[in-house]
Amino acid sequence: MSEADAASQSAGRKPVRPPGRIGRAWRWFRGLTVVRVALSPASTLSLGFLTLGGFMAGVVFWGGFNTALESTNTTRFCVGCHEMRDNVFEELQGTVHFTNRSGVRAGCPDCHVPHEWTRKIARKMQASKEVWGHVFGSIATRDAFLDLRRHLAESEWTRMRANDSLECRNCHTTQAMDLSRQNPRAAAAHERFLFSGERTCIDCHKGIAHRLPDMSGVPGWQ
Amino acid sequence: MKRGRLPLLAAATLAPCLVAGALLAQDAPRLRGPEPFTREQAAPPVPRAVTNDVRVRRNYPDQPPLIPHAVDGYALDLNANKCMSCHARRFTEQSQAPMISVTHYQDREGNTLGGLAPRRYACLACHVPQAEARPLVENRFRDMDELTEPERQSGGRSNR
Repeated sequence: MSEADAASQSAGRKPVRPPGRIGRAWRWFRGLTVVRVALSPASTLSLGFLTLGGFMAGVVFWGGFNTALESTNTTRFCVGCHEMRDNVFEELQGTVHFTNRSGVRAGCPDCHVPHEWTRKIARKMQASKEVWGHVFGSIATRDAFLDLRRHLAESEWTRMRANDSLECRNCHTTQAMDLSRQNPRAAAAHERFLFSGERTCIDCHKGIAHRLPDMSGVPGWQ
Repeated sequence: MKRGRLPLLAAATLAPCLVAGALLAQDAPRLRGPEPFTREQAAPPVPRAVTNDVRVRRNYPDQPPLIPHAVDGYALDLNANKCMSCHARRFTEQSQAPMISVTHYQDREGNTLGGLAPRRYACLACHVPQAEARPLVENRFRDMDELTEPERQSGGRSNR
């Protein structure tokens, strides 16, 4: 006895009304061959095959996904496009983040892609806008790049301000920062602004890896 | 003029020039070191910048103050002036850096402007950072006080 019948008997009312639009769509969906097969138990494949096979397929899929993700997360991939190679990568090469006495190097994704998985995926989805820009040539020429530089820089500053300069702090942590080894002027500034949480790295350290856009109107510049 | 005299004349003109050149070359300070300029040499290592933040005394009243810190990677172009992020009047409280001189507010006609005059924008044209380097030539500079009031100077050289 179905619930509807029970309800009609107990209340003494008319039996169920015909299904509405949603009910009919649901029935049509459940009636599809593909859905019926997918929802009925396997008749010829063993449970072992299905679980192990599913596990193996999962490993292959996940490994392939991660490999593809990591291969798009390298400096080599970034400078594959001429927009990056001829503009920002060219500028990076003169800075301390590219060559220095200790031989550590920060590539593009070290600063521009979060390292944590969830945030990385979110950033990767945002990067589809950059693919769009490449396909339609929004910064295809040097002049177009210079015209948009302030806009591009602003979006990176906003991003880094929002995540408290996370990418800087992947290497430069306040816990590991020895103020006594710093220049007194730098130590005083860090103590006053960084350790108090009043400002984050990017608020003062702009243009450390690339040339700056027109800075008129940017706080702290004139 | 006969043809035979031409080489002689040329030699007579050229010889004094060469001799004079050699003599002048002797007198010129050898800023490049003892090696002749025709021979390529390895560049000397870049000296370390002085970063002690101690103000350096001016050698004469009009001398642009020296920069007692490193300025590597500081933007100074049409788009941005990193110096002014500390030395502009409105940032001196948080930076505790000396403010740019009031003369820097005046344009070439003497009109006082509301901010840094465009002709003063290129800071590094006059203000220079210092490095731990030995002078290439002997410095015979004498301090102004030594010249104007020699009797008040104890032991002659007191500017160091």
